[in-house]
Amino acid sequence: MKHSIKKSPKNYFKNFLTFVVTFSIFSLCLISCNSNNSEQKDVEIDPKNKFPTADSDNGGLVLPENFGAIALTDSIGRARHIAVNDQGNIYVKMRRLADDKGVLHLKDSTGNGKLDISSGFGDFGGTGIAIYKNYLYCTSDSAIYRFKMENGIVKPNTSPDTIVKGFIVQRAHASKPITFDGNGNMYVTIGAPSNACQESPRSPGSKGFDPCSQLDLQAGIWQFKAEKLNQTLQEDGHRYATGIRNAVAIDWNFNDNSLYALQHGRDQLSHLFPEYYTQEQSAELPAEEFLKIADGDDFGWPYCYYDQFQEKKVLAPEYGGDGKKVERCEGITLPILAFPGHWAPNDLLFYKGDQFPEKYKNGAFIAFHGSWNRAPFPQQGYFVAFVSFKDGKPQKDWERFAEGFTQVDSVMSTNDAKFRPVGLAEGSDGSLYISDSAKGKIWRVIYYGEKLALKD
Amino acid sequence: MRKGLLVLIVGVLFSAWSCQSKKEETAKKEEPVVKEKPKPAAPTAEDVVAAGEKVYNTYCMVCHQKDGNGVVGMNPPLTQTKYVLGDKAGLIKIVLGGLSGDIEVKGEMYSNVMPPHNFLNDKQVSDVLTFVRSSFGNDADAVSKEEVAIVRAEQETK
Ligand code: HEC
Repeated sequence: MKHSIKKSPKNYFKNFLTFVVTFSIFSLCLISCNSNNSEQKDVEIDPKNKFPTADSDNGGLVLPENFGAIALTDSIGRARHIAVNDQGNIYVKMRRLADDKGVLHLKDSTGNGKLDISSGFGDFGGTGIAIYKNYLYCTSDSAIYRFKMENGIVKPNTSPDTIVKGFIVQRAHASKPITFDGNGNMYVTIGAPSNACQESPRSPGSKGFDPCSQLDLQAGIWQFKAEKLNQTLQEDGHRYATGIRNAVAIDWNFNDNSLYALQHGRDQLSHLFPEYYTQEQSAELPAEEFLKIADGDDFGWPYCYYDQFQEKKVLAPEYGGDGKKVERCEGITLPILAFPGHWAPNDLLFYKGDQFPEKYKNGAFIAFHGSWNRAPFPQQGYFVAFVSFKDGKPQKDWERFAEGFTQVDSVMSTNDAKFRPVGLAEGSDGSLYISDSAKGKIWRVIYYGEKLALKD
Repeated sequence: MRKGLLVLIVGVLFSAWSCQSKKEETAKKEEPVVKEKPKPAAPTAEDVVAAGEKVYNTYCMVCHQKDGNGVVGMNPPLTQTKYVLGDKAGLIKIVLGGLSGDIEVKGEMYSNVMPPHNFLNDKQVSDVLTFVRSSFGNDADAVSKEEVAIVRAEQETK
């Protein structure tokens, strides 16, 4: 054995190189496979990153290229807003109690895309939920509470602090969505208790109360101290903005330190005033308004509404309007962007992360719950939109970011829509969470493009 | 080196194959979702029901929706509810006088306002209720305009 083959270091290197090349090509193929979202449901974590692969059908959603979604859960009940913390704990506010719980805690503790923890607490239904300084803030329709979190978790049997109590009990637009600024303040929407402040609610031809006393303690956004206990609307609340019929979608934009919200515009123009409006006009009018809000702003409800075709605030028919007259609506603050009528914007989220491509950063995601007020025409909305911002201004060419919620081609009656997006939250890793109010499905949306492959 | 090349080729082939098979799986799963539309029950008297449907589409559909299922948490359904199928005088009263306050319909609480519809004449009310009681899976007898007139008279004297 004189010529025993002794591999030279050079040979070792060659073999090693071959191995590396082989492995990279192999994994590249797998990644390209994933970006087509054709991975099977049995998720494995790609060693190159911490993101689990998307569902083969993206949980039923239709997303832009290279995005994928995982359905985290299918049917937890009537979900409303959601919050996600740095440890990946997902908290869902339930409209009504689900198994006697008003807040559900869900978690994918292994990061494989599947939920393996689920529990609940809180004995009240509602809409608002947000994490602020190690507390989970949750709202009922009449109060705001917070639960202390330890290591990102609300321990069993934690009794909540009351932050604000005694909101007026109202039957319509009762949800209390919340958001926080960086300055120790909390903002809460108090919706109008009516459609248009009519003397006889929702009755054809009925005039509006003038002045509308509903504006005194409702139909606006109020500011409270974020951490002061037992506040009341009358004693501690500051009316930050008024003339907003109902804004379920509110968020603080830390980029320009301003409050933003989307208003649910009034219903039934042609039904209540057929002499001034056709059914076609009534289906599109008024606009759903995207508002940038400064302290003291008045957006005109119930006297005025925004007509996106005439691009101005016009006088409501309950106050003598005919679809064209402006009168007292001259000078009322305009929206920064207008969407077609009745789409029901129910959540707003300014995206802070880097997981999605550059253009999404600091832009706004909007969850449109979908209309009920467009009959006899098909209902619309039921998707998540994205509005990019340039130099602090929303761009008009907004995109339909996530669609497919309804699972039908056309929604004639609201009930036709299988799912309705209602809540949005951003994970600390930049993935986007979307909740549905119809069945309680929750999706996690992840970008699987080039940027992700580079991330290691 | 040659062995390495072989591994490389096999690797590429394998991943291509796994991609392909996964794509096929996805393709199979994409079946269209078909929605069943509720079929209206056989009309009692066709023209009454047709007239009632017209009233419904003009005055009720906006809230109770085309399929009569209402809007969850806002406007209640008209599908086999105790109000629709129950006592006719009570039903007529709801349409003429409207309804507000908390009510439970099919296990769900509603608390919005339904405006009075006393601007509709007796025939319009009986037509629309006859339509509602024989549509959306409902199968109850017709409402006559005489029955409406009696309830209207009672409400007006109150
Ligand atoms: C502005 C929206 C609106 C319109 C228009 C309307 N309703 Fe209603 N309706 C409601 C609401 C809201 C309730 C529940 C009221 C409550 O919670 O007290 C209701 C309740 C009812 C009920 C009893 C509850 C049930 O679901 O069985 C009936 C029956 C009914 N409506 C029939 C009609 C008919 C017929 C018309 C047309 C003539 C009509 N409604 C028009 C909103 C409306």
